[in-house]
Amino acid sequence: MKLTKNIGTLFLITALGLFAASIFFGFLASIIYRYPEFLKNSLGLIKLRPMHVSAALFWILLAATGSIYRSLDILTKKKTYPLLQKIHWGLWLLAILGIFYSYATGSFGGREYWEYPPVFAIPIGLAWLFFLITFFLKVKSIKKWPVYIWMWMTGIVYFLFIFIENYFWVLPYFRESFIKDMVIQWKAAGSIVGAYNMLVYGTAFFIMERISKKANTGFNTWAFALFFLSFFNMLFNWGHHLYLVPTNSTIHYVGYIVSMTEWVFFIKIIYNWKKQVTEAEAFYHYYPYRFILAFNCWLFFNLTLALFMSIPFINLYMHGTHFITAHAMGTTIGINTMILLAALFFFLVPKKEHHQSKFLNTGFWGIQISLLIFLLSLMTMGFIKSIWFFEEPQALFADMMERMKPFTFLFILSGMSLFLSFLGVISGLVYTLFKKHS
Amino acid sequence: MGKPILILFLLLSLAFLVFSSSIYKDDTVYEKKPVAYDAALQKEGRLIWQKNNCHVCHQLYGLGGFLGPDLTNVADKGYYYIDAFLKVGINSMPIFNLTEEESLHLFEFLKATNASGSANPKDYTILMDGMIVQK
Repeated sequence: MKLTKNIGTLFLITALGLFAASIFFGFLASIIYRYPEFLKNSLGLIKLRPMHVSAALFWILLAATGSIYRSLDILTKKKTYPLLQKIHWGLWLLAILGIFYSYATGSFGGREYWEYPPVFAIPIGLAWLFFLITFFLKVKSIKKWPVYIWMWMTGIVYFLFIFIENYFWVLPYFRESFIKDMVIQWKAAGSIVGAYNMLVYGTAFFIMERISKKANTGFNTWAFALFFLSFFNMLFNWGHHLYLVPTNSTIHYVGYIVSMTEWVFFIKIIYNWKKQVTEAEAFYHYYPYRFILAFNCWLFFNLTLALFMSIPFINLYMHGTHFITAHAMGTTIGINTMILLAALFFFLVPKKEHHQSKFLNTGFWGIQISLLIFLLSLMTMGFIKSIWFFEEPQALFADMMERMKPFTFLFILSGMSLFLSFLGVISGLVYTLFKKHS
Repeated sequence: MGKPILILFLLLSLAFLVFSSSIYKDDTVYEKKPVAYDAALQKEGRLIWQKNNCHVCHQLYGLGGFLGPDLTNVADKGYYYIDAFLKVGINSMPIFNLTEEESLHLFEFLKATNASGSANPKDYTILMDGMIVQK
């Protein structure tokens, strides 16, 4: 089939399948928060959460990879190194099949977000090595790199380094001290998000440049300043995960000080708002732009939450509560998924006339409204838990969970609505795609 | 613009490598509580924690899932308290068919987490600069 001939497209379609799987597993997992016995003897949260999280993570990684390959085809005006790309995709497929088989059979052994047996890190690491080689081979013909190529390069190189660091625990030396082990675990967990965000943000930059047809934006001084600020945060802004962990205070202070530089992003978003309104009038009915606009709104929401969480004495009240889940979900759905859906529309069904659909429109607004309720219900649950932490005498854990009940229910309902809205958008996209190619 | 960008990129990367290696080499003992545990067995216990996906529902220092309570200091309640939950299960927590050896290793790991300090937010003091430290 024509669609699968381009490996970039193949990556995007595989990613879309993983995204559908992720929202399905996520919806099933959410029910357990209200009905603990739900699927307890078959899947349970022990299997469902890794299935949900890994599918979401792989959706981001594969969709970003596909977008980068497609972008490089456009930038270099040729489709080079298909064999390397095929091996790259094949290694991912091998890893994904093995990982989900392990989950289904209850075989774990990894850590949070990477729960599969560590042997499957080998095909993922190799796949990433192929990505790195292919990327450098492809970009060698581009003499002057726009900011998004720098972002992709940084994301690809650092992902590989941090992914390896993420597996230091396999060596007993790194498990000698529980605290050191935990610091390295959350150092890697924090930085790796920054690394794949580089891939996703670079894609957003590329798409915006193409939509607005302003070729010089990729060389703008501000764009490079923001890139270096993101890079700086990727490298040193993970310490806020560890404020409560008794370790070297330098780690806490570096995390605290570096995360405060994120206020620059915050101010820049507000400053750009007026310009964005003018752009929105021109491109509003074009789905790639609409999802990018949605990403900008969610970025503002999540950055506000992140900035508060980065201040240690505020973090004390938010840490260990559902505020963290709200932040993680807000970032994954509101930021990464919005950009990657924009990319899918841009690369797979680029014509504006394909986007004039009431079905897609309902799905789009369903996502935004459901996500807002979903995040607010999580934040309210976080607020309830935070009060419980400091109450005297402290009620039982089960009693605190009982207090959350109405908001847990709202969380499940909005999660269901989010699931259906995403399903609507995915179906609309797939229908248009196959109609175009049949 | 290419050269200054590359230099800045390399300088930041170098700073990251120096900072990272100082963390890898740090052998300071940060323990806050006088709890005895077997250092070799706790390493095995960490793997039991991972193989059974305990973090899906539970946290250590507030990091993990939120369906169950934080277990950083659960070892204070003793081996039999933990073993009872593992053998019987509760709500969404299934029965874990751990061998006695595995349960003991897991308990050693939980003793190590307990020795490191307290995960209770009430045990922290706020400093003038906004930082928090364990009392």
